Amino acid sequence: MALETLIESLPSLFDGLGVTLLLTAFSIVLGTILGILLASGRSYASRPIAYLILIYEKVLRGIPLLVLFFLIYFGLPEIGINLNAFTSAVIGLGLRSSAYQAQIYRGAINSIPEGQIHAAYSLGMNKLKAIRHVIIPQMLRLSIPGWSNEFTILLKDTSLAFGIGVIELMRQGRYIQVRDPSLVLVVYLLIALIFFILVFSANKTLRYVEKKYQMAGYQTEVHR
Amino acid sequence: MWKRNTRWLGTRRRCIDESTEEVSMTMLEVKDIYKSYGDVPILKGVSFTMKKDETKVIIGPSGTGKSTLLRCINQLSPPDKGEVWLNEVEITNPKSNINQMREKIGFVFQDFNLFNHLNAVRNVSLGLEKVKKIEKEAAHKRAMQELRRVGLEAQASQYPAQLSGGQKQRVGIARALAMDPDLILFDEPTSALDPELIGDVLDVMKSLCGKVAMLIVTHEMGFARNVADEIIFMEGGVIVEQGSPKEMFTNAKMARTKEFLGRIGALYGEEERR
Repeated sequence: MALETLIESLPSLFDGLGVTLLLTAFSIVLGTILGILLASGRSYASRPIAYLILIYEKVLRGIPLLVLFFLIYFGLPEIGINLNAFTSAVIGLGLRSSAYQAQIYRGAINSIPEGQIHAAYSLGMNKLKAIRHVIIPQMLRLSIPGWSNEFTILLKDTSLAFGIGVIELMRQGRYIQVRDPSLVLVVYLLIALIFFILVFSANKTLRYVEKKYQMAGYQTEVHR
Repeated sequence: MWKRNTRWLGTRRRCIDESTEEVSMTMLEVKDIYKSYGDVPILKGVSFTMKKDETKVIIGPSGTGKSTLLRCINQLSPPDKGEVWLNEVEITNPKSNINQMREKIGFVFQDFNLFNHLNAVRNVSLGLEKVKKIEKEAAHKRAMQELRRVGLEAQASQYPAQLSGGQKQRVGIARALAMDPDLILFDEPTSALDPELIGDVLDVMKSLCGKVAMLIVTHEMGFARNVADEIIFMEGGVIVEQGSPKEMFTNAKMARTKEFLGRIGALYGEEERR
């Protein structure tokens, strides 16, 4: 009986998985683009802008994600901004991730020798071109290990979107639990396993990407 | 408005030059440059001029502001006071387009500063593509030409970390050359190289003599003596003396120049003279 319910419920778990993956994809894109802009601004924009970015980062890194979700989903309608649960979750995840990613990129920018931008300037590049063609390509390569970390955190944190009613993996699991409480352990173990596999394969893939785009001479060699 | 002004000034100047029947063709004019880092004055009023395709070598003890002077010329660190004119346009004027001016001024760095994420040929073609807006294929072709010129065609697809110091520096020179500059500034281009590799770089530089103006900061006295049209001796943020290599090495007016050249000649001079 329980097994039947479980098998019947599997398709809904897959639906949930789809939503989880979509959530992850949209918010990592948002977080990455914003993060790159923020880090570039923090390092190269004028002082007032850099300072505003600093405040943004501090605020977003200081608020629990669930609180952020509630603010966006339940709070914003108060001032006339109505977003559906999925969009709210994407924005919440993306904004928070952008703040963390900005830190990762800033660390990478700081490790690029100053001579690189001087060389770009001396070819006649303006600041924007130098950042785009010389700094950002190197920054991204140096950021892959940190970014992988952030990606897996974001992937797992999509489960918090459960809290504002996004019907993702976690919420589908909850539905199954409600239908047949005896399945609770099996269902959540299954969800845990799915997340584990996702994170594991993401890490493997990203490790491959990291190796592929490594700058010659900047390999991290391991001496055991 | 301003641009029209300088152009006008430019033609007027040229007229004066022609009327005096002197083919001076002053290309670079450095006027009374001052620069401090914090409270420490580095340059205390440096002036000199360069003609088209001329080779000038700046020598002098460390910490004298030689490198700073080069960086003041292409505005990597803008001077506190003074003017720099290139082809009758004032670079130091805040209204002039510094990026456009820098296209005309190549810079070869002591520590190479090749773009680490790009291979040799992309290092050379990046400026062509992104600054000169030359399409990718043509830029690649031009970059390969420049690499051939510095003898590194075979290393085109290698990354900076896979090149020796001397090769890196030659890529650096190719990168500067590709932009068709009027002037190339060399900031101690061989100081980071071991003696065996220095020769390759100096040979490339020698081959450029008379084809492009070069302003070279170096400690290679043999090179200075053989290649320079004029040697500038700097110390303590000012130009102590300048003149042709012959004058400077055999008949320096200032005691300090003699002393410096004597000491450094005893160290490097003999072995460098080939």
